[in-house]
Amino acid sequence: MTAALKVLQIGPAAAFQDLGRPGYIASGLTRGGAIDTLAVHEGAALLKQSPDCAVLEIASVGGVFEATGPLRIALTGADMTAKIDDATAAWNAAHQMEAGQRLTIGAARSGSYAYLHVGGGFDAPVRMGARGGHMSAGLGKLIAKGDTLPVLPDKGSRTGFYLPRDARFDGGTVRIVPSVQTNHFPPEERTRFEATAFKRDPRANRQGIRMEHDGEGFAAQGMRTIVSEVIVQGDIQITGDGTPFVLMCESQTTGGYPRIGTVIPADLPRMAQTPAGGKITFQFITLDEAVAIEQKDAKARAGLAAKAQPLVRDINDIPNLLSYQLVSGAISAQADPFE
Amino acid sequence: MSSTYPTIHTVGLSGVLVTFAEALDDTANRAALAFRAEVDAQGWDWVHESATSLISAFFRTDLAQHPAAEITGQLTELLATRDWFAAPLPEGRKLWHIPAVFGGDLAPQLDEAAEAAGLSPKDAIAELTSTRMRVITIGFAPGQPYLGTLGEHWNIPRLGTLSPNIPRGALVAAVRQLCLFSNDTPTGWRHVGQTAFHTFRPTSDTPFPLSPGDELLFHATTPEDYKTISANNDDGTGGATWEALS
Repeated sequence: MTAALKVLQIGPAAAFQDLGRPGYIASGLTRGGAIDTLAVHEGAALLKQSPDCAVLEIASVGGVFEATGPLRIALTGADMTAKIDDATAAWNAAHQMEAGQRLTIGAARSGSYAYLHVGGGFDAPVRMGARGGHMSAGLGKLIAKGDTLPVLPDKGSRTGFYLPRDARFDGGTVRIVPSVQTNHFPPEERTRFEATAFKRDPRANRQGIRMEHDGEGFAAQGMRTIVSEVIVQGDIQITGDGTPFVLMCESQTTGGYPRIGTVIPADLPRMAQTPAGGKITFQFITLDEAVAIEQKDAKARAGLAAKAQPLVRDINDIPNLLSYQLVSGAISAQADPFE
Repeated sequence: MSSTYPTIHTVGLSGVLVTFAEALDDTANRAALAFRAEVDAQGWDWVHESATSLISAFFRTDLAQHPAAEITGQLTELLATRDWFAAPLPEGRKLWHIPAVFGGDLAPQLDEAAEAAGLSPKDAIAELTSTRMRVITIGFAPGQPYLGTLGEHWNIPRLGTLSPNIPRGALVAAVRQLCLFSNDTPTGWRHVGQTAFHTFRPTSDTPFPLSPGDELLFHATTPEDYKTISANNDDGTGGATWEALS
């Protein structure tokens, strides 16, 4: 029988996610899916499986999970404290769990959204072609204490690998490209926008992230005459009082506020992970520059599995050392991990 | 045709937008619907999905893989093939008959909406139940239709402050349009009618019953009938029926 995870404790905003549900913009439904898709790819690389496997997205506060049988897990995204029974479990790494073992995930030390992956992926119900929840649309549900999270059969076996962490968890510079209404903002407003130090509002969610700043709000010309228009992920809407909102994966599909620019896809994970109060500045780049960054980013994503390194562990921390098979499991850095 | 419209813009790295007018306009809405249908019919491999909003058509793609200049060139050529502003409405449209309660506790802002439109509540209901409203776009929330267009006197502004939590199925009015809410939501539009019609039915084979171009006719019903309909509404039909239009 396939193992599952019993939820003994859980934070308030944990849900199954995946890479989203494309194809429904015309019907008013945005793609949704994990707010940090890079973390989904990292978990897939660590477990050497498809990034389409469903994962558990955890916002800010973790939980306690008990394995009903042997399973592989990986932990990615926001850096949270983690233990398997009493042993510290490294973050951004894959681990083995045995029946009855408890995984305890604590509070975030940096970032906002953490991901729990399992070998085989969670067996979340498929709705309209995807397993991810879209809470604002009423698809899927939040995970609650007492739930049992079913897991699909696991074809892989690799654990004990980690990926180096990047610097997307503490704010920084987010690159944006001009969008449909950028020219409605006078050049001096765009310059001031780039020069402004923003802070992420603590009320941010999967629909949008409100950015706080000192000083005047931002204003476009002819703002009242804009007809509601399609929204894409990363669009920065300027609301009536001049406050920027960065629209995220679960936003509405259309909006009538002018958009000063759009966060490039490669920087959306940084946008998603910046913690409450974290500092962000926006920098305009050209579409050509964004295309070059995006092509490089796609290559880096595809090469994640080859970047995974074996975790080095102190043998004194391994109580069941003799049960490990220590000589097999070599991998090739050139091999396609999904073959 | 305007000299500056249609325009073509990139939208982030996620697609391109073809806009047919500066303001909401019926011919621009038809042009957007017709142009989207034609692009879909071309079967270009760069089009990952498409959608229309009020006066524009959006084509989602990955601009890191498909150069914007090539896409813009293709769209410009197709735009030049005909007068899109003269396009007919799409085929396969439906006329929906949807029961709604107007005014009272279930739709408490009817009276003030009527007053803003310079009508008695009775005359307002007569207009809201005799005007065939067309779905000009689906958006904002899943399956949610924006319906046009009421007479010029219905060009009533949005409220200055948002009303908290107007319920699913609410019929709300502003700026010569009606909107039929998919979910409970705060809004600046006025709540003039209440239906039991679900515009998003995620467990159904047809999760989105309405399409752009469909027409809706609301039929005034009593609060008692509304309660009966709501109590037997597992499929979300809300007592609505439809007939083929084209």
